[in-house]
Amino acid sequence: MLKLERRPAPSRLWTAATPVLAVIATMIAGGLLFAALGKAPVEAIRTIFWDPLFGEFASYSRPQLLVKAGPLILIAIGLSLGFKAQVWNIGAEGQYMMGALFGAATGLAFYPTDSVLLFPAMVVMGAFGGFLWAMIPAVLKLRFGTSEILVSLMLVYVAQHIMSAASFGMLRNPEGMGFPGSRNFQHYPAAFNSELIAGTGMHWGGVAALGAVVAAYVLLTRHILGFHIRVAGEAPRAARFAGVSPVLLTSICLGTSGALAGLAGLFEVTGPAGQITTDFASGYGFTAIIVAFLGRLHPVGILLAGLLMALTYIGGELAQLTLNLPSAAVQAFQGMLLFFLLAFDVLANFRIRLVGSKSVKGAGA
Amino acid sequence: MTGTETAQLLTIRGLTKAYPGVVANSDVSFSVAPGEVHALLGENGAGKSTLVKAIYGLVRPDSGEMRMRGEPYAPTEPRAARAAGVAMVFQHFSLFEALNVAENVALGMEHPPRQRELAAKIRAVSEAYGLPLDPSRLVGDLSAGERQRVEIIRCLLQDPKLLIMDEPTSVLTPQEVEILFATLRQLSAEGTAILYISHKLEEIRSLCDSATILRRGKVVATCTPREVSARDLAEMMVGTALTPPARAPRTDWAGAPALEVTGLSVASPMPFGTSLKGIGFTVARGEVLGIAGVAGNGQDELLLALSGELKSAPGMVRAAGVDLGDKGPNDRRRAGFVVAPEERLGHAAAPGMSLVENALLSGWVRMGLVRRGFIDWAATRHFAEGVVKEYDVRTPGTHVAARALSGGNLQKFVIGRELSQEPAVIVINQPTWGVDASAAASIRQVILDRAAAGAAVVVISQDLDELMEIADRFAALNEGRLSAPRPVQGLTMEQVGLMMGGAHGMHVPEAGAADVLHAEAADAEA
Repeated sequence: MLKLERRPAPSRLWTAATPVLAVIATMIAGGLLFAALGKAPVEAIRTIFWDPLFGEFASYSRPQLLVKAGPLILIAIGLSLGFKAQVWNIGAEGQYMMGALFGAATGLAFYPTDSVLLFPAMVVMGAFGGFLWAMIPAVLKLRFGTSEILVSLMLVYVAQHIMSAASFGMLRNPEGMGFPGSRNFQHYPAAFNSELIAGTGMHWGGVAALGAVVAAYVLLTRHILGFHIRVAGEAPRAARFAGVSPVLLTSICLGTSGALAGLAGLFEVTGPAGQITTDFASGYGFTAIIVAFLGRLHPVGILLAGLLMALTYIGGELAQLTLNLPSAAVQAFQGMLLFFLLAFDVLANFRIRLVGSKSVKGAGA
Repeated sequence: MTGTETAQLLTIRGLTKAYPGVVANSDVSFSVAPGEVHALLGENGAGKSTLVKAIYGLVRPDSGEMRMRGEPYAPTEPRAARAAGVAMVFQHFSLFEALNVAENVALGMEHPPRQRELAAKIRAVSEAYGLPLDPSRLVGDLSAGERQRVEIIRCLLQDPKLLIMDEPTSVLTPQEVEILFATLRQLSAEGTAILYISHKLEEIRSLCDSATILRRGKVVATCTPREVSARDLAEMMVGTALTPPARAPRTDWAGAPALEVTGLSVASPMPFGTSLKGIGFTVARGEVLGIAGVAGNGQDELLLALSGELKSAPGMVRAAGVDLGDKGPNDRRRAGFVVAPEERLGHAAAPGMSLVENALLSGWVRMGLVRRGFIDWAATRHFAEGVVKEYDVRTPGTHVAARALSGGNLQKFVIGRELSQEPAVIVINQPTWGVDASAAASIRQVILDRAAAGAAVVVISQDLDELMEIADRFAALNEGRLSAPRPVQGLTMEQVGLMMGGAHGMHVPEAGAADVLHAEAADAEA
């Protein structure tokens, strides 16, 4: 019989090893899944993990890595602060959309200006939009004790509808011949988030993501606020004893994660996406939850996990194209990663022992 | 099998139970005769609880044998133990506060009778044994002593041959203890054996016929408690001679009281908690005020209100004249007011964090460990190491997680962390709860040393002996109200009991109760 035994302290080795184990287990289980779909498993895995970086069309897909990883990392860093403090913001997708809407609306309101102040103003408004959307669950939780999990999640669907309404109504391109969707920022240089170094996929969103990684690292390891976030997650009553106000902490965690998600949305809409459309939402807000956990809620871990997750995105698309894998199979693949990660996580806090029946000898006599 | 063994109700031989890293029971043997009141005496962690859990079927021993009336006895679950006539009253009650007494009793029965019949039965048994209890009252509204009565009556309805009582008096006033003892003596006279677990020596001397003394999982002595002194019992239990804490002569410090609490009233933040009602006291520099009370009478709320985790109105709490009533924990720390809560893991310390991080937790304000929001980890480590060294905390280092320390060592760390901040006012809840005797003695000593150095100290405790030993003045919490503090000198146990709320209108049982109970049991079987 197997028995789980609590470790006196979490194992550092296992904490570091579980993401690697989870990736390996996902490759195996994913391979089985692809085999069941009638695809060659090794080829499918290679298409997802290898080809985007070193394959035939790598020169096209490599820049995509930073384009996809940027928003994932930016959102996941914000989420990880909350998750550490046991504040569960599940609605980053909604905050991402609202950030894009606020920022884009600001830019479009001044069309066709060429002021250099426009883009910074849009960045601020993008962050503000996400912040505002995340403060709704925060206020409801603090005022009425509602679950921030449910409220933030449901607000994603509200945001989705506002997004659609905006692309059909207020923000619709007047020169778009009646098609839904806003003006394209590509044709609006003052508001366009262009690639900073050609051919790398690095735009301001990537810079912001790296900045967030560094800031979160310093916050969590050196700053008293980061310490309080960790204590609140570890032992809520000890946090109150330490003088941490739950109201303030919940607001900071939800507000920060909302603002970062809003930023990600703004950089996306003004850059790779180019415009507000009904199908602007791409699931970054949800995938970032996986990224946050895969990265062990650690800033550097999130940086690596974001890159890995971006790889599965690009590889998944490639596999859809070249191997005709259904897109649901790729999503299932990403889901498996989180599943295996949480399962292996047990090993960090527990050790497995074999328990034989011999140990109870004599007791039954 | 020998003749004496058949005469015994329960015989245990060579019982051993090990947990990872600790041997809870090692080769334990003893026996209990019908009608005997047998004490299991030992410090916290000596293995008493594991032993009785084995008897009650909650723990399976690794080896050894148990016999009940000469027959092999190896209960695999409490139901089997109950079928064999073993009943147990736990230290921590397992009652549903939102249900009434009769419903709670019914939940513990295999085939509960109808509510009305059960209520009649409860009433009959409770009257027979002098444990008055209204079956229709909500458990959430009962005092701790009354809740214990629910548990005892639940056991008595099974007509047990062996009744196990785990630290039953820790929630009772001295008057309630007397009445409980009368009930237990009556049961014993009727032939029910009682296994009585405690670390309170005088109780054991007045109640028990024989005692088995455990130390670190082993039986170290057996004796007849009436024939030995409490001091001898203590030394057998602890293994060394104990020195009572030394007191420096009292210095009279000039100036205003260090701590003034006036009209402190706050609602409890916990469901079924006890709200504080108009609490008032003052503590002078160099003085130790002891606050007693049965658990659940507002101790937790009082600690939260004093630490600042529960804010009160302005003016209700003042330290050295500074109004702290509506201030949070860190403002109070800045004013030199520190607090050590009862619950070490989860409240006073974060279990998964290192000692260094836990030193930062409450120490950063007064020790200057944070500059402009940034943590000085080197200084924090230095502070943590200082606490570990000065307060003799046994640990491999300051990098280990708090939950890896033993209860006594973590308590020394938590108290050391607060005391080494040069505080002017110290409030400690249950300073030695669950701590072994030598650690408890050293904790009491450092508290007295701090008082001698001019700090005002408030100790909230359920251990009356401890309060009598270290307090200058004494007050008791009862249903959220605090009695007027009185000097400890010349205070009798009788007066202490009355301050704690007396015995809630109970009376001593009369003869003839056995007939009622046995008739009830016969009814239940029919």
